[in-house]
Amino acid sequence: MASFEETGPRTPVVEPTRVDKVHPRAKWGKSIRVILTVIVTFIMIIPVLVMIMTAFKSRANIVTPPPKVLFHPTLEGFLYLFTDRSVLSPSNLEAERANPGDLNYWQKLALSVGQKINGPSDYVGRLKNSVIIAGTSTVLSVILGLFAAYAFSRFKIAGKDDLLFFILSTRMLPGVVVTIPLFLLYKQLGWNDTHIGMVILYTVFNLSFSVWLLKGFIDEIPIEYEEAALVDGYTRLQAFFRIVLPQAVNGIAATTVFCLIFAWNEYAFALMLTSEKARTAPPSIATMLGSGGLEWSAIAAGSLGFLIPVAIVTFVLRDYLLRGVTFGAVRK
Amino acid sequence: MSTIELRQVEKKFGDLHAVKPLDLTIQDGEFIVLLGPSGCGKTTTLRMISGLETVSGGTIWLNGRNVTWLHPSERDIAFVFQFYALYPHLTAWKNIAFPLQAQGESRETVEKRVDEVVKLLQIEHVLKAHPGQLSGGDQQRVALARALVRRPAAFLMDEPLGALDADFRESMRSEIKRLHVLQHATTVYVTHDQIEAMAMGDRIVVMSEAAIQQIGTPAEVYNDPSNLFVARFIGSPGMNLITGEYADGVVQMAGLDNRYAVPQEWQSVLKKRLDSGSEIVIGFRPESAQINDRGELVGKVYASEMQGSSAVLHLTINENEIIHIRTDRLIPYPIDTLVHFDINPQMIRFFDAKTEAAFKPEVSQ
Amino acid sequence: MSHVDLQHISKNFPGVKALDDISFDVKDGEFYVLLGPTGAGKTTTLRVIAGLEHQDAGSILFDGEVIDNLTPSDRDVALVFQQYSLYPTMSVYDNLAFPLRSPLRRTSAEEIQKKVEETAEKLRISHLLKRKTAHLSGGEMQRVSIGRAIVRSPRIFLMDEPLSNLDAKLREALRVELQHLQKTQGSTTLFVTHDQIEALTMADRIAVLNEGRIIQVGTPENIYDQPASTFVAQLVGSPRINLYKSRREDNTVSISESDVHLPGPLGSKLPSDFLVGIRPENVKPDPNGKFTGQLVLAEPLGVETILHIQSGQRTLLSLVPGISSYRLGDVVKFNIASEHIHYFGLNGNRLQP
Repeated sequence: MASFEETGPRTPVVEPTRVDKVHPRAKWGKSIRVILTVIVTFIMIIPVLVMIMTAFKSRANIVTPPPKVLFHPTLEGFLYLFTDRSVLSPSNLEAERANPGDLNYWQKLALSVGQKINGPSDYVGRLKNSVIIAGTSTVLSVILGLFAAYAFSRFKIAGKDDLLFFILSTRMLPGVVVTIPLFLLYKQLGWNDTHIGMVILYTVFNLSFSVWLLKGFIDEIPIEYEEAALVDGYTRLQAFFRIVLPQAVNGIAATTVFCLIFAWNEYAFALMLTSEKARTAPPSIATMLGSGGLEWSAIAAGSLGFLIPVAIVTFVLRDYLLRGVTFGAVRK
Repeated sequence: MSTIELRQVEKKFGDLHAVKPLDLTIQDGEFIVLLGPSGCGKTTTLRMISGLETVSGGTIWLNGRNVTWLHPSERDIAFVFQFYALYPHLTAWKNIAFPLQAQGESRETVEKRVDEVVKLLQIEHVLKAHPGQLSGGDQQRVALARALVRRPAAFLMDEPLGALDADFRESMRSEIKRLHVLQHATTVYVTHDQIEAMAMGDRIVVMSEAAIQQIGTPAEVYNDPSNLFVARFIGSPGMNLITGEYADGVVQMAGLDNRYAVPQEWQSVLKKRLDSGSEIVIGFRPESAQINDRGELVGKVYASEMQGSSAVLHLTINENEIIHIRTDRLIPYPIDTLVHFDINPQMIRFFDAKTEAAFKPEVSQ
Repeated sequence: MSHVDLQHISKNFPGVKALDDISFDVKDGEFYVLLGPTGAGKTTTLRVIAGLEHQDAGSILFDGEVIDNLTPSDRDVALVFQQYSLYPTMSVYDNLAFPLRSPLRRTSAEEIQKKVEETAEKLRISHLLKRKTAHLSGGEMQRVSIGRAIVRSPRIFLMDEPLSNLDAKLREALRVELQHLQKTQGSTTLFVTHDQIEALTMADRIAVLNEGRIIQVGTPENIYDQPASTFVAQLVGSPRINLYKSRREDNTVSISESDVHLPGPLGSKLPSDFLVGIRPENVKPDPNGKFTGQLVLAEPLGVETILHIQSGQRTLLSLVPGISSYRLGDVVKFNIASEHIHYFGLNGNRLQP
């Protein structure tokens, strides 16, 4: 049997690679690594898979042991999530069933579980709050962070290193530790359960992250570009907009995604500092109550729905993210 | 004995032909230089010899052994990189000792060999320092020492002087060559600088666009370039190449109405190979032209460069072509002056304008 | 165009004196080169003139007017860097137009187009105007950088080692073009480099800089023929000048540890120990030569060959035209052209023999 050393690989190599990396032994190693990666990924995805399945299960399927992998899917969970219903008394139930009339799909579904739709639930409103609060705070923290990062990167500031560390230190604190003082503070300011209160809170929390991340990206942009522009007759601000900004796009995209994910998923502060008007989706979803306790299928459906926008944004920006995440890692 | 043989070695990256199939035999103890502009395939070829890159076709033989698919560490070669690649956390001494220690040599052998190499390169004074504390030149010497200490069958060097300042490059160049003269180890050296190649190479392999253009000694590639690329690339400045029309022993050049009478020795060759009216390229080196008020040819001054002990005058022949002539630097020439000159008939060369290949003179009986 | 005058400029950075009382002037239309090793202060000088750094002492004058308090944009200078000159997100056209579009200048779109096209022609890059700068070769990029400096017709061009990152061949070609361009435009240019060949070939005058101080100012011929110190002598000239410790024995110069004795007459001002400098082109192999040595290395460059001749413990470099026929180990007889010998004191300063 001719060994690899004598004949080389069976198919020609097309990408740049070392000789020892195309050795069959190396290939085995690669296969093992791939298999391991798939297994670990699968294990990590299991909670998400369970969630997706639960969103489409009926109440009975969810609670009866053992957990069912194969089941008859239903849109009950979404019904519970998006509508406000009342349970029909047995006599009313009989009457409705006997006299269906013109019912749409959802009304029929409600009937099949013995309930009647009264109107839409609060959830849509809560979802809207999430969008407003997360979106606004992300935009603010990225914009403010950009200017601050530029200043830290380009200007001589007294105590710069100390200031930067201070900014970073705000992230070292677990948010829950300050919830009570914040609650009291907000009460005094009248910001409890207001959009503005939440926006400001999220902006401040994200600012430290965005300043640090963006500073890393701006550091990577050679200062010669701006100096050339200054010499050519541009002001610093103009040089910033025309030269630095276009080159910082990757970093801005990455920072936006990270800030958005934090603000969108934030639970603890939302739970403690909002009740009705400014409540966002995460606490709403977690506390969905049904007649017999937590309405699991609604929770799962809500989580699924909540997950999708962020997943889409991340997917669309994945190239920028990849470049962004690795780029900022090497600091000068 | 450490001969290196490349048989039809080629490299493709997808559709890109980085190195077209080439054959090369390197003799034992030879200092061979792979020379060419960026992207010509020289570094890829070197990396294939070392095993840092796989071949897409062909075989590589070291001392009669087929090493094409051997692990880089099993080929008995040492690689010197452009950017030193020294371990920053080890002292210079430890860096140099590393390859031997990795091979499991005894303590006495390691110390003895490191000592030898350190004396050779005169780096006793940097042994305790870390690479980060050393100058570029010293770092490169440590990198060389690390390669030398193993006494491999062959040295492969990838533009080792590229990262150094201009004046340093000169002295390191002669140091490396002196080392080679003493040790006589087979060396394959890659560079884009033709001055380095000429100064150091026993033979030069001129490469361009993934293919070998010419293999020869410095004298051969300088005096008898086999095509326009080699003629232009070797020499600073390169050979002057002017296109003209050949007819009846005379070449007519566009622009300043220059007519060049082909010397006797070339007449029969050109008559045989060229039809009247076909294009031909005249080649001559800057030092083979002589400024002469009654010179046959004329050009207009474009720029003049003082170079130390001599000067180079740049003349335009027509809109597109600039030629260079070596002169004494005592005479200043303002721009746009008309200057007449002659070409030494012994040093004139002719090239086919279409194939770009050089014509060979007839060997006289 | 402009006359630029630097008077007693000093600049300190934490821990290092970058510029130490530098004074020189660049005449209108002159191609002036600052030559020196890395860290000599060349880039700092350019940045101070451009206004990107402020000097700690001294003044800069343009045409006799002090400009120390002007911002970079008001100084009307153009800066060409070694790299990172071109804006990567813009096309070549936009890069060239960028300086003209600055609010300070208020040029009309037609005016911009005319200037950009003119400049592109001068630098032979008209065919690249629509291309994105990422798709250019190194030489093309530098041409565009130079174009961006030219397009404004500033009063002075400041160039910071613009050719250093290019391949050897490209550097040669661009050198010639830069020189031609400068001479035909008559633009005042201050060019900074560590490469002595660039300095010799392009400069009208050279200032040699080391460790923040000017060592010598002169034309290329001055600097080459009359180096003021061993530092200058070794910096300029390729191959490097032969420099040896020597002593005076009667009326001859005896190079220590070698068999070379050079005849006088020697003036009385010459101390008993000194340094002798001989350029390689003045060491001439000759079958009837007075001195003898052995060939330890030959470097054939084509147009000339560098011979390393060993005499005693010393190696002398000799530059001979063409490709030499001497082989390694050959005995070489040679002469030294005594009228071109340089004398330096042990402190490095030039002496008259």
